[in-house]
Amino acid sequence: MSALICEVVYRGIFQKNLAARITRGIVLSSRKAGRWGIAFGRYGDSPQRNGIPAKDFAIVADTKEELEQNMARYEPKHVDVTICVDDTLAKGVESWAWYGLQPLNRLIVPGGTLLVTSIQPVEGILRDIHKKESPYTMALIRAKASFSGLWVYKEDHTEVRILGALAKIAPAFLTLDAVCQAIKESEWGSDLKVASARKAYERLETREIKITEGNPEVPYSFEMPKWWEMREGVSIPAIPIGKPKEGGQGYVPERNPYFKKFTTRTMRPVVDFETCVKCNLCWIACPDSVFDVMPDGTFDANMEACCGCGVCEAVCPVEHCITMVNEAEFEDNASQWEMWRKDKAAYKTWLGAKIGNKKATVRSHGFRFRGQYEQELKADLDVGGVEITAGIPGENAEHKTI
Amino acid sequence: MTPTATQTAPAVGEDKELLISGSEAVAEALVLADIDVVTAYPIRPYDTVMQAIAKKIANGQLVAEYIVAEGEHSQFEIVKHASMVNARVFCGSSGVGWAYAMECLVVTPPLRVPMLALVGNRALDDPGAFGVEHNDALFVRDLGWMLCWIDTSQEALDTTLIGYRVAEDRRILLPLAISADGAFLTHSQALTMVPPKSKVEKFLPRYDRGDLQLHPDNPITVAPQANEDWVIEIRRQNDEAMKRASTVIEEAYADFRRVFGRGPENPWFEEYMTEDADVILVGMGTISLPIKVGIRNMRAKGKKVGLVRLRWFRPFPTDRLVAALSRAKAIGVIDRDYSFGSPFYSGVVANEIRAAMYNAEKRPPLLSFISGLGGREVTLEDVYKATDLCFTAANSGKADAKTHWLGVRE
Repeated sequence: MSALICEVVYRGIFQKNLAARITRGIVLSSRKAGRWGIAFGRYGDSPQRNGIPAKDFAIVADTKEELEQNMARYEPKHVDVTICVDDTLAKGVESWAWYGLQPLNRLIVPGGTLLVTSIQPVEGILRDIHKKESPYTMALIRAKASFSGLWVYKEDHTEVRILGALAKIAPAFLTLDAVCQAIKESEWGSDLKVASARKAYERLETREIKITEGNPEVPYSFEMPKWWEMREGVSIPAIPIGKPKEGGQGYVPERNPYFKKFTTRTMRPVVDFETCVKCNLCWIACPDSVFDVMPDGTFDANMEACCGCGVCEAVCPVEHCITMVNEAEFEDNASQWEMWRKDKAAYKTWLGAKIGNKKATVRSHGFRFRGQYEQELKADLDVGGVEITAGIPGENAEHKTI
Repeated sequence: MTPTATQTAPAVGEDKELLISGSEAVAEALVLADIDVVTAYPIRPYDTVMQAIAKKIANGQLVAEYIVAEGEHSQFEIVKHASMVNARVFCGSSGVGWAYAMECLVVTPPLRVPMLALVGNRALDDPGAFGVEHNDALFVRDLGWMLCWIDTSQEALDTTLIGYRVAEDRRILLPLAISADGAFLTHSQALTMVPPKSKVEKFLPRYDRGDLQLHPDNPITVAPQANEDWVIEIRRQNDEAMKRASTVIEEAYADFRRVFGRGPENPWFEEYMTEDADVILVGMGTISLPIKVGIRNMRAKGKKVGLVRLRWFRPFPTDRLVAALSRAKAIGVIDRDYSFGSPFYSGVVANEIRAAMYNAEKRPPLLSFISGLGGREVTLEDVYKATDLCFTAANSGKADAKTHWLGVRE
C-alpha cells in the first residue's frame, strides 16, 4: 500500500470543524515524510445541518500520480481507516442525499481499521454496527462524542488523540513524531495537545472483528430509477396520505421511503402512554410530523421519521411523559405504543429503565450554561480525557420546568 | 487557549506551502494582488471564496472594501462601478446566482470592465443541486467575457494573478470568469505553493484605466444610450479587444514563468501524452484527473491515448488546438455541459471544436460525449468506454453522428 485513505464520519455542525482538523492533520503529518495529500468532504452531504451524518476524507500517497487516482472523486471506493467521532453513528450513515442507510464499516478494506471514540464496550458498539463480509480491526479511544463544530469548538483534544492513534494504526504513513510536529505547528496546537496525542498512541485499544460479529440486519436500501423511468418535469409522487389505524380510530400517515433519519438522531423520545393527557402539543409542535394518533387518543412517535430534535419533550406539559434518551440505548425502530399495548407491565419496566438512566438522558451535543465548557474540559483533561462528563440535563433528566 | 506554535514562517522571498482548497487559493491570490473592492452574495460552491476573503480581511491580511450585496445582480453592478473609478475588483457566483446577475454580466464587456469573477461551477436549477456543470459560466460565452477553466488549487492561484494582468491590460479591459468545478476543486484541499508579494509585484502592475477612468479630472460619460448609427461599431471594438487578448495572454504566461519559475508554456491547453496518441480526449476542468489516470492505465496495455485539457475557452485557441488535434486518428470530446437541440445534440465544447476543425486540412473523426452532469463522478469506466468508441472510429475513419451520454442510468 503506497496510499493511505481515511474517512472521518461525523455529525453535521456538531463536529464539522473537528473532522476538518483531523483530515488536515493527517495530510500535514504525512507531508513531514514528503508525501502528497488531499483533504475534502463528501459534497452531497449537508454538514451545515444539525446532526446530519457526514464524511470528510484524507488521502495521502507517495507520488502525485498515485494521489490523482483518488482526486475528483465523490468519495473513495474503499478506505484503510474509518474514523467515527460519535458512536451513535455506529447505526450507519444516512445523509440527506437519499441513498439509503450505509453501514459505518462499508468502505473499510479487508483487514482495515475502524477507529471509534466511545465509552461503550466493543460488544455494545457491535450491536449496532452491521456485519461485514471481511474481518477488520476495531480500535477504541475512550471518549464521548466531542462537540467541536461550527459555532463552538470544545478543545477536548479529540482531534490530537485521533491523530496519535493513527500513528499507531498506520505508522508507515504517519509516525508519532511527525504527528506531534504537525500538531505543534498548527494554529490550534500546543504542548499539552502533543502530550495527549502521545497518550492516545499508548492507550489505544484494539480488537479483531470477525465476519460473524455485528448487527445482522440488512440496512434499508432502494434502487435508483433509470432516466426513462423517472417522472418528467422534476416531479415526484407525493407520499401516500396513509390510513386510519384501527376501525377508523387514530391515524397513521405514510412516511418517506427514501429518507428515514435512522442515523440522524442522537436521541429519541420515549413516551409514557399512561400519563399522556392527549393534549396534542407534541403532534402540533413536531417539525417532522412524527407523532401518529393512536386509537386511544395517545401519540406514538414513529421512528421512521424522527430526527431526534427534542421539541416534543420540551413542549409536553407532563413531567416524564416524553423523555429524550440516547439513541445508543435502542436496538430497533419498533413502535412503543404497540409494545405498551401488548404488555403494559413490561413496558413500564422498560420505560423506567430507559428514562431512569441519567447517562442516557443528558444531552450529548451542546452546552446549557455559560462556563460549562470550561468545567467539562477541566474534568476531561485532569483524568487524561477519559472521564465521562455530566453532559447537559435534558428537560426531563432532572425536572420538568414549564 | 493561546497557541504556542504557528506555521513556520518561510524565508523572505520564498514560496510557502499551504494545504488549501481551490477557493482558498483564489483568496491567497487576491491578497497578493491587493484587490480594492470585493462584493459577495452567498451561493454554494462560490461562497467558499467569499468566506476565505472575509477571513483574510478580518485577520488583517488584506485591506479592501467588502460589500455584501442584496443579490447577485447588485453584486456584479457594484464592482462594475468600482472598476470604473480604477479599483481592482473581485466577485463571483455559481449556477442560478450567476444567472440572476445576467443583465450586469451582459453590460460589462462593452463598458470594458476588467472584473475578475470566480464561477464555482454548479448545476442550474431545476432540480436544485450543488454539483458541477459548466453551463453556468457558458452563459456568457458569446458576450465578450474571457473564460477559462482550471483543475488544481495551484492553477487557481496562478490563474487569478495572470487573470488580473490580462484583464486589466489597456489593450483588453475585458471581464474574465475563472471557472472552478464545484466540490472537486472549490472544496478540495491540496498542497499549494503561495508566492511572496515581492514576486507578485514584479509580475502584476497597478491597474490603470487611464482615459477611461471616471474621475472629476477626467470628465467622461460612460454608457450613454445609442441608436443604430453606433452599436455595430461598439461591437466591432469588443471583437478587436478579444482578438488582442490572444497576444496579451501569451505575454502574461511567458512573464509568469520568468518571474515565478512555474506555469505552462502553452497557456491555452494542457497536452498530456499526446505526442504519439492515436486517440485524443478533450475536456475542461477536473475531468482531467480521471482521464489522466485512465490514460496511464490504458497506455500500460499499449493503447496510445492522450488528453487535451482546454484552459482557455474565450478567446478560443482555434489555430493551436486544430494543429494539436489534427495529429490524432480520432478525437473524443467529453463535455460537462449540454446544449439541447444543438448540432448532433452535442455539448458546447464538442460543437466549438467541430466548428474550429471545419476548415482544417486534416479532420479526424470527432466523437461527442456528455458526462459528469450535476456533480456525478466521471469514472475510469466512463473514460475507457469513450476511448474504446474513439478507437472504433479511428479504425474505420468515420465517426458516428450521435452524442454518447456516459454514466447515466439507462
